[in-house]
Amino acid sequence: MNRIPVEAHVPNGGTHDRALRLHDGAERNPGMELRAEEIASIRVNRSAVELRAATIPARRTVKKEYQAAWLLRAISCIDLTTLSGDDTPGTVERLCAKARRPLRDDLVSALGVRELDIKVGAVCVYHTFVTTAVRALEGSGIPVAAVSTGFPAGLSPMAQRVDEIRASVEAGAREIDIVITRAHVLLGHWDALYDEVRTFRDACGDAHMKAILATGELATLSNVARASRVAMMAGADFIKTSTGKDTANATLPVGLVMTRMIRAYEAETGYAVGLKPAGGIRSAKSALEWLIMIKEELGDRWLSPKLFRFGASGLLTDIERQLEHHVTGRYSAANRHPMV
Amino acid sequence: MDFGPAPEGDAPARAWLAKHGGVFRHYIGGEWVEPLSGERFESVDPSTGVSIGRVAQGSAADVDAAVRAARAAYPAWSALPGHARARHLYALARTVQKHSRFLAVLETLDNGKTIRETRDIDVPLVARHFYHHAGWAQLRDAEFPGYAPVGVIGQIIPWNFPLLMMAWKIAPALAAGNTVVLKPAEFTSLTAIAFAELAHEAGLPAGVLNIVTGDGSTGGALVEHGGVDKIAFTGSTEVGRQIRRATAGSGKRLSLELGGKSPFIVFDDADLDSVVEGVVDAIWFNQGQVCCAGSRLLVHEGIADALTAKLRARMEKLRVGAPLDKSMDIGAIVAPSQLERIQSLVKQGVSDGATMWQPSWACPTDGYFYPPTLFTGVSPSAMIAQTEIFGPVLVSMTFRTPSEAVALANNTPYGLAASVWTENINLALDIAPKIKAGVVWVNSSNLFDAAVGFGGYRESGFGREGGREGMYEYLHAPAIPTAESRAPSAHAKASAHASALTSLPGIDRTPKLFVGGKQTRPDGGGSRRIESASGALLGEVAEGNRKDIRNAVEAAHAAATWPRMSGHARAQVLYYIAENLAARTTEFAARIAQMTGGDGAREVEASLARLFTYAAWADKYDGAVHDPSIRGVALAMHEPIGVIGIAAPDDAPLLGFISLVAPAIAMGNTVVAIPSERASLAATDLYSVLETSDVPDGVVNVVTGAKAALALVLAEHDDVNAVWYHGSADGGAAVERASASNMKRTHVESAPLDWFHARAEGPVFLREATQVKNIWIPYGE
Repeated sequence: MNRIPVEAHVPNGGTHDRALRLHDGAERNPGMELRAEEIASIRVNRSAVELRAATIPARRTVKKEYQAAWLLRAISCIDLTTLSGDDTPGTVERLCAKARRPLRDDLVSALGVRELDIKVGAVCVYHTFVTTAVRALEGSGIPVAAVSTGFPAGLSPMAQRVDEIRASVEAGAREIDIVITRAHVLLGHWDALYDEVRTFRDACGDAHMKAILATGELATLSNVARASRVAMMAGADFIKTSTGKDTANATLPVGLVMTRMIRAYEAETGYAVGLKPAGGIRSAKSALEWLIMIKEELGDRWLSPKLFRFGASGLLTDIERQLEHHVTGRYSAANRHPMV
Repeated sequence: MDFGPAPEGDAPARAWLAKHGGVFRHYIGGEWVEPLSGERFESVDPSTGVSIGRVAQGSAADVDAAVRAARAAYPAWSALPGHARARHLYALARTVQKHSRFLAVLETLDNGKTIRETRDIDVPLVARHFYHHAGWAQLRDAEFPGYAPVGVIGQIIPWNFPLLMMAWKIAPALAAGNTVVLKPAEFTSLTAIAFAELAHEAGLPAGVLNIVTGDGSTGGALVEHGGVDKIAFTGSTEVGRQIRRATAGSGKRLSLELGGKSPFIVFDDADLDSVVEGVVDAIWFNQGQVCCAGSRLLVHEGIADALTAKLRARMEKLRVGAPLDKSMDIGAIVAPSQLERIQSLVKQGVSDGATMWQPSWACPTDGYFYPPTLFTGVSPSAMIAQTEIFGPVLVSMTFRTPSEAVALANNTPYGLAASVWTENINLALDIAPKIKAGVVWVNSSNLFDAAVGFGGYRESGFGREGGREGMYEYLHAPAIPTAESRAPSAHAKASAHASALTSLPGIDRTPKLFVGGKQTRPDGGGSRRIESASGALLGEVAEGNRKDIRNAVEAAHAAATWPRMSGHARAQVLYYIAENLAARTTEFAARIAQMTGGDGAREVEASLARLFTYAAWADKYDGAVHDPSIRGVALAMHEPIGVIGIAAPDDAPLLGFISLVAPAIAMGNTVVAIPSERASLAATDLYSVLETSDVPDGVVNVVTGAKAALALVLAEHDDVNAVWYHGSADGGAAVERASASNMKRTHVESAPLDWFHARAEGPVFLREATQVKNIWIPYGE
């Protein structure tokens, strides 16, 4: 087996991006004033976007040791997530244990990547389990993310939604995944959307905020682009596709539109906003497609948990299976890579 | 996080090359035959410069053997029921799919294009083309009643899409019932050979498809061969011109798909990120070696800088290199000669003062590679803005208004394809019909589908490939019966003088020319005699010359509102002509009877009926809405050709004239007509009918005089878009030869047709009077 061509696992390895020079890669997006007239003029051509999205996976591929390296990077970008009604402290603890050691020990040895200390990007839970997760992940450096603001519909009273953010931050969540009011997008109420996201961002304090756009419920790609833009103007650290409970999951066309909005925002302001596709990404193959799209459209700098996350759980199992195949040459089985 | 190498396995293709010992033969009459000359040439992998096979050099004798084999196979193949041919084509489609990866890899080895394209675009489109045409084979008799195959078809294809162009050629030909001799391009013969093997195994009868490999001289032998009924060629405009000249007067039918310098128009409301990808697919597809490549970027001035910045960023990410690597965007240029041509044209562009930009990375140097290149600040008249570069080189210009964009787009001798990018459907559908091109892609580029005809306007050639419109290229319409020519006999002439003596002197009438709605004196100041059937002087008509033709063509162009009028409005004019002609039936009937000795009343009646026919058609010769394999539609619009020169037949001086002029103007063309030489008075008498019938000035122009000479002036005229010539075989040949100057469409007929016959009207004529423009409209919000 060839040596795996991974750079030392230091996120933000790139040095050539303009934003990096401007902000040293660490400065958070402060947002900017809302420019509503600009929002309305954003147009996205769906057919052209779908064609591009369909051909990205056909134009690039990674094989063998390169693929193994990309899959390891994918692991480090996973927000390992459990958002089930029947979650218990036990299931959350087991998930956190997996987050610490996402790759079976013998595979780590065989791949020769022990020094990379591969772990997932975050563990994502409901507020109720933030304390459990924080305790379970203590010392790992893995942040806990909480879905918030009346997830998934986001229609509870505003004060409650803001309080929910504060409560999760107080409980130790370092990342907050908020949901927007879809009606603001569908009705073109950009000022209302902006104010809502800005309020959430203020409530987050030092915790990083991921704005879930629920793209499956925004009807058009132009709306996805507009909502992305407003969320970034309002100070989102990440924009995120879906709740995982919407009518449609994260798709490459949607991701491509958001990616392009991030690119434009960075070109204009110098601030790099992250992207988190969530929902429906279950296979190593689709994870690679997302990473390839990110590399092609945004650049290597975004191939890092600081700027890119998968919201997923089952994905890790498939990535492990593929890595085992890389090690052994045999196709693996899911029961050899227990999640929880 | 690099991509790393990802080579597609080439073992099956290499094994196939090895099985042949790297030596290949012609496929003639179902056999693999040695070239009679014994000569071969190398076929080179352009990504390495290494020879991968030695291909037979076809001689005239090889071509002759192939044509004979195709002729021998023709009776049985053309007599097969459509269903049987459908099964054969279906089998070809299946065999392409079953061997898709082998064919894709071999194509990449032979041509240098990326495996991504051969795997995802070329080979799937090949299979799709055979499936689609299996359908046309099945439906031919039902959908084209009375039509017959053309015979033996000689087909010459280029090196840029070897398999796909082969499929575009042979699928419709075989579906229609023709047999084929195909000559692949010299640089890229191998996949045609592989395909012929597969077709042989799939049970295609011997002689139905013959492959003769070779260089331009082999193609020349095919073009010249007397046993070939039609030549279908895809390649450069220059070679297309040679073929047009070489086949002039031969009676061979011709379809030519030639070069282009296609505009890619970006309005300021376009989705610019998607535009960038559209540009990638337009000009960096297949190394830019695409006849319909969007090679002229026309950008609204207000967004030009933003788009240029985005393009450069995107270009930086393109990957050029080993075409078998699955992560390459751009492969190798087909041959050193082509690479040198690109290099020298780019050099010329730089020295002409345009700004040239290429990405920072370097191309591999062990094969024939060239980086994606963007020129900005290019003037529309610059060499690189006018010349087809056929490489990954984009030239960019700006415009301010939609009409300026259209003008820039049309400032080219070519007319193959165009892309129009705007989020405003009103704008897109306003611009698309104004662009002189056979294919217009709205918010997309380089989309192809077997159901949608492909082919050019102007010097990009004529004929369509794909769809119903493409099938007509390989079918003969039911023949119009010929009539006995009524040239006056010597006996009638001898007795003419006597009858003239018995009549009173007539009042002199001096018919002039009819140009731009006015009766004008001929430039030369001369006249010619028009005699009666018995030889008596009936009158004199103006002797038109080349300057009169020039003026008439200008007048025809000035009638710019006519093509924009609705079909209904044009129908009203045609009905009005009929109405006013009917009022003068007696006069016209007498005149015709005098000139021809025929039944004048019958001819006038038939002419009135014909005018009604085309008035009826004016608002009914609809285009089609194709259903391509995308979410969207392709509108196949029937557009007028432009200015049509018509040399009317000598017999039936009124009916023949109207049978040609009426369909032309019904479809929105304007006309310069040369009436029957012998019986011009039937046409000159018509002036006053036209003048009173609301025919806009310049729609119909009539120049009397020596038909062959005047028709030649029309055929040579670069601003005439088509010439229909009914007259001597020599005159027709001269018209065809001269038409090569701007590749105008021609239709020549030397047999005297029975213009009274029901077949002498209808869609066959309307097809000649129109060209199909396919407007692709993907949709979805």
